[in-house]
Amino acid sequence: MVVDQNSPIIFAHGVNKTYAGGFLALKNIHLEIARGEIFALLGPNGAGKTTLISIICGIVNASSGTITVDGQDIVKDFRAARAAIGLVPQELHTDAFETVWATVNFSRGLFGKAPNAPYLEKVLRDLTLWDKRDAKVMTLSGGMKRRVLIAKALAHEPLILFLDEPSAGVDVELRHDMWRMVRELRAQGTTIILTTHYIEEAEDMADRIGVINKGELIVVEDKEVLMRKLGKKQLTLTLRHPINSLPAGLESWSLILAEGGHTVDYRYNTQEDETGIPELLRTLGEHGIDFKDLRSSESSLEDIFVSLIQQSRGEAA
Amino acid sequence: MNLYGIRAIYRFEMARTFRTLSQSIIAPVLTTSLYFIVFGKAIGSRMGQIDNISYGAFIIPGLIMLNLLNESISNASFGIYMPKWAGTIYELLSAPVSWIEVLIGYVGAAATKSVMLGLLIMGTARIFVPYEIVHPGWMIAFLLLTAVTFSLFGFIIGLWADSFQKLQVVPMLIATPLTFLGGAFYSIHMLPPLWQEITLFNPVVYLISGFRWSFYGMAEVDVALSLGMTSGFLVLCLTFVWWVFKTGYKIRN
Repeated sequence: MVVDQNSPIIFAHGVNKTYAGGFLALKNIHLEIARGEIFALLGPNGAGKTTLISIICGIVNASSGTITVDGQDIVKDFRAARAAIGLVPQELHTDAFETVWATVNFSRGLFGKAPNAPYLEKVLRDLTLWDKRDAKVMTLSGGMKRRVLIAKALAHEPLILFLDEPSAGVDVELRHDMWRMVRELRAQGTTIILTTHYIEEAEDMADRIGVINKGELIVVEDKEVLMRKLGKKQLTLTLRHPINSLPAGLESWSLILAEGGHTVDYRYNTQEDETGIPELLRTLGEHGIDFKDLRSSESSLEDIFVSLIQQSRGEAA
Repeated sequence: MNLYGIRAIYRFEMARTFRTLSQSIIAPVLTTSLYFIVFGKAIGSRMGQIDNISYGAFIIPGLIMLNLLNESISNASFGIYMPKWAGTIYELLSAPVSWIEVLIGYVGAAATKSVMLGLLIMGTARIFVPYEIVHPGWMIAFLLLTAVTFSLFGFIIGLWADSFQKLQVVPMLIATPLTFLGGAFYSIHMLPPLWQEITLFNPVVYLISGFRWSFYGMAEVDVALSLGMTSGFLVLCLTFVWWVFKTGYKIRN
């Protein structure tokens, strides 16, 4: 089967999942992942991130909906679809009694690939595991076990790599190594889908962001666009003389008096044509409020994420 | 067919056996040797012949079946339960392997171990008791059929179990009693008529009878019936496993 290289590498349409106990984990998910992109799926605990990943990977059955991976239906053409995916799970599930070398060889064989010692050696060297190849997995530290899981996921040369909370419980060094490797994989054309609680990582790494809450995909957007559209800037004025309260007539500006009356915060939308800053400064001057310093800051992805989740909760309530 | 996948599972499982050699092989062989010493030599020498066979020789097929059943169930159930317990089953479920390939890997490895053990016990028995095998081809056929069928049954138990206790309960409370009451140590013709009838509901009777026939040419129930019952149980187990993988019962939900 010839696959259109411009088509999405993952296409999910109307995916729902209700667990046996009646819990609705996913609601009508529509999602497209482009080839070669880094996609970050964000959401609070229990939002449905792992369920969605598990369904795409074939670990959990969807209640309804269709998913294709590299043009192959994950149910009808499960062999081709699953062969394209490598999964690094959230939990450190490892074959404790196996050696590192045996367990990565097992993974490669399980995914239908002929043995290839030079390739596996390269994977282990890239992950600084080569010296540990004869060690039993149970003797490794948590960080090293995480590396083993990554090596196992890469053992069959997948087109898509799922990283489910890969930074959980790993030290700074491994995190840096991991993100370096992710960038290299992306450069080679591998599509990366990650979930993370470290939103600054998503901000740093991802091309696109998806936010899921209570089983609903509430936003999927290019990271830069998302930050431009939903990001807000804040102007902080440090006052020359602290004040106890804002004078009457400034209510319409939605100002916040902070730091015991020493600063005034003004938030404005970056998407609007007029920021209102010149008018604000003039109005403050008219009210005799003088300032000695000003600085501006921008919303982080985390601020946007929190705001989206709060908004989603508000709509649900 | 994902042959590399089957090989990976099979080799993984066989490696587990050789890693736990004392538990997998040495312990059952030693235990069975004790049976031969106690029942075959010490007690057997004071018992008469059964159907012109010495008691020591009579119990050999039954003892091999006892081990074959227990080890097949135990190996296969443990093999699939461990990834469930350790969480590593995510890799099996996300791999491009079909249910039949998973079965060939796990059940094939479990049955291989059981057959190895059965042959070892057969060899050990020769040290204690002289015997001959009248139908060696049929003996191998019964050995393989039983090992595969009960490995499949063990695989189902491993899929069903959600605790180590459940994993042990079927072999301990069902398989072992059925084997002991299935004519491993006696001929069912030695039982009172009513119990002879009741014991025919025990599927293990057919296994032991058929296996003993392959050794000595004498059977307590018709050999064709023995083959039919074992094959029927094999088909039943296969159907159940097919349904489990089709619906995702207990594994994909």
